[in-house]
Amino acid sequence: MDVTVRIRRFNPEAQNNKKPYWQEFTLTNVDETDRVLDLLHRIKWEQDGTLSFRRSCAHGVCGSDAMRINGINRLACKILMRDLGGTKIQVEPILGLPVLKDLIVDMEPFFAHYREVMPFFVNDDPVPADGRERLQTQEDRERFDDTTKCILCAACTTSCPSFWANGKYVGPAAIVQAHRFIFDTRDQAALERLNILAEPNGVWRCRTIYNCTPACPREIEVTRAIGEVKLAIQKGTPHGIIQVHEIKERVVNS
Amino acid sequence: MKIHQFDAVIVGAGGAGLMAALYASKGGANVAVVSKLYPTRSHTGTAQGGIGAALGNKIGDDPNEDKPIYHAFDTVKGGDYLADQNAAKVLAEEAVDSVIELEHMGLPFDRTSEGRISQRRFGGHTLNFGEKLAYRACHAADRTGHMILQTLYQQCIKNNVRFFDEFHVVDVLMNQGVCVGSTAIDLATGEFHVFHAKATLFATGGWGRCWSVTSNAVSLTGDGAAVVMRRGVPMQDMEFYQFHPTGIFKLGILITEGVRGEGGVLINRHGERFMEKYAPKVKDLASRDVVSRAIYMELRNGNGIKGKDYVHLDIRPETVNRYLAEAGESKRIDRDYVEKKLPDILDFCRTYLGVDPVKEPMPIQPTAHYAMGGIPTNVDAEVVTDENWTILPGMYAAGEVACVSCHGANRLGTNSLVDLVVFGRRGGKAIANFVKTAPMTPLPANPTRQIEAEFDRLRRSNGKTKAYVIRDAMQKTMMENVGVFREEKAMQQAIDDLRELRERYVRDLVIDDRGSKFNTDILEAWELGCLLDLAEVTAISAINRKESRGAHSREDYKKRDDEHLLVHTLAYRECDEPYYSGTPDYRLNMDKKVDLSLALEDERFKPKERVY
Repeated sequence: MDVTVRIRRFNPEAQNNKKPYWQEFTLTNVDETDRVLDLLHRIKWEQDGTLSFRRSCAHGVCGSDAMRINGINRLACKILMRDLGGTKIQVEPILGLPVLKDLIVDMEPFFAHYREVMPFFVNDDPVPADGRERLQTQEDRERFDDTTKCILCAACTTSCPSFWANGKYVGPAAIVQAHRFIFDTRDQAALERLNILAEPNGVWRCRTIYNCTPACPREIEVTRAIGEVKLAIQKGTPHGIIQVHEIKERVVNS
Repeated sequence: MKIHQFDAVIVGAGGAGLMAALYASKGGANVAVVSKLYPTRSHTGTAQGGIGAALGNKIGDDPNEDKPIYHAFDTVKGGDYLADQNAAKVLAEEAVDSVIELEHMGLPFDRTSEGRISQRRFGGHTLNFGEKLAYRACHAADRTGHMILQTLYQQCIKNNVRFFDEFHVVDVLMNQGVCVGSTAIDLATGEFHVFHAKATLFATGGWGRCWSVTSNAVSLTGDGAAVVMRRGVPMQDMEFYQFHPTGIFKLGILITEGVRGEGGVLINRHGERFMEKYAPKVKDLASRDVVSRAIYMELRNGNGIKGKDYVHLDIRPETVNRYLAEAGESKRIDRDYVEKKLPDILDFCRTYLGVDPVKEPMPIQPTAHYAMGGIPTNVDAEVVTDENWTILPGMYAAGEVACVSCHGANRLGTNSLVDLVVFGRRGGKAIANFVKTAPMTPLPANPTRQIEAEFDRLRRSNGKTKAYVIRDAMQKTMMENVGVFREEKAMQQAIDDLRELRERYVRDLVIDDRGSKFNTDILEAWELGCLLDLAEVTAISAINRKESRGAHSREDYKKRDDEHLLVHTLAYRECDEPYYSGTPDYRLNMDKKVDLSLALEDERFKPKERVY
């Protein structure tokens, strides 16, 4: 089939008229199993080498190619023509981050928020004396499985109207990352993370708009994870990782 | 041009690079990681099935009494006896401690009912020197690589490792016989940056994009290997390139060996479990080279599904349970089990094929997957440049780009992840020690003169041929002529094709984007140059090795030749200018003997015929 791809372009080095603009490309012999990434590659390779976008693994695992496709955040490598229906496609950069060139945005503010939530394992106890692994039950491991899937593609954060309105909000992805550690029985820094997320630009910026969950290419229940973090801030976590009295102490101390 | 100075610079931010960075910085070195991608985009993240380590965790009723020496044996046998046995020993022994350490860093491994790290079966991994299949692959569902990459990146953030994200390394700098750093382009600005360092470690991954059907990311263009080769470092054992048996038909996307580890089977058009013919003992869990050849033989004999070039991989519970019962095993699986153990595989098949593997078998074909060869190193990740193991001071390599050689002629599944953490860690430690006493050798005069000239030339390219045309032709000839089965005439065809393509690349390329910022047009063209170099050295090394061993399977020399060829190939690129103004020659050295140190102590490690 023939397909028209309408792309939001921006050339930071344009001699004159340095504004974003729309450009249409027509492709022939497109298969319904072609990924949007395949189409972008064909445009870049066959028609216009200046078209710029990020990509790497091309099968939905590395998180490089989140973009807004027909108005919805998706990975270009994980959405096929048959998923979109129709023969007209519109592609633009994800929203809420500065556009650097064409579909490439500045990811630094996104990763800065990620780093804010202590996205790393903390356990200062000595390791087991037998030199082996720390033990964890299958149920405790299951508790945070969903949020281990995050690939930091930014599809959720840049679909969030609260983030669009206020770039200081840490955003869904950072909360997902915090969730992965807060609910891990082996980790010891849950309270610090909950403190960070209880700040004005933490979880309470989330108004449960629910854009993030359908945007996630890994099918993480993002809104649910945020809700669990909100609840943990108020009532402590299940399995007693954080007790209610610790939360109260925090409130009193602040 | 900007100049940065660090004790150590790690090029590449996959598992090996991050592990090295972590250990070099823990050892007190001032470290920077330079990567053309954001670290979490690295290809380590796509590894699925598991990381091998002889933990010997009890699995169900199976005591699974495992030992590192069994892992070393499987690695040596899997490598068709070309692996350096000292390296295989280090790999197997340190795998145990490395995996435990990853768990201590927070890696969320799946758990056994006793709360220990869960392990699954994988091709070629056995107990007691081939007696029965081992549960050795430690896993986090089927996204083990993702969890390793995330965990190591998290730890680097915790340890304040300095990152230069989206800096594309395009040259390595030598002076006074020492590696003194590297040159990178800042993608955002197009500026050249020199990273002056006492130690530079290359962990840039592989070059699967030399072939048309590959599991490798689009960014796996072998840049690290190509830039050091152009500066005189040999490439070792380039003829050994692994085709993974199970890539999604046409797309090449990896379907983990863990599918077969969980009981999945390969089936031809007659509904026959054909691996019973080729590997009677371990069947579908023979090593990858054996299984890939078996699939090709089936296709050649007209046993492909619907007469096409694919076979089926079947993980439907009814199929798996039938074969488990036949084998007298007590394990049974159901739909939930498959969903839990292989969620990403199900997702890939549903997304890209519209096939639900719980209900239908998956169409698969072998896919270009992993370079056993690469930059020669010793077990401390120090780069060595000849058959006498002469060290090139200041240069290190680890991970897929390196050739230790612990994988020999064919890597076992899970051993790539082991390689990353074991030799990344050893490299990091070695660097931390080295920089304590090593001087900072000065940079050469005009360090970026040649590479800037090369990029100016590329930028001005105004011929008629687009880069993708050359790339497609290269991938096609490599797939047809330097693939799973090889013979003299076809490989010569590939060499001739590649030389003609190089000529077009130099004389007739056209570039659209003349800008500086995020000029991915030029960088893709530059990456193509790396691929052309690596494809050529692969084909030349392959045509020179007149035997069949591991992944290098020749129809005109079907036997392994241990009498003459228990040696590594070292290929030196010789060219007046390091870049593309001339046609390079390759000088091959076949004097580097395989280390057989384990065989000296234990008969069982002596090379013998490989049967699975």
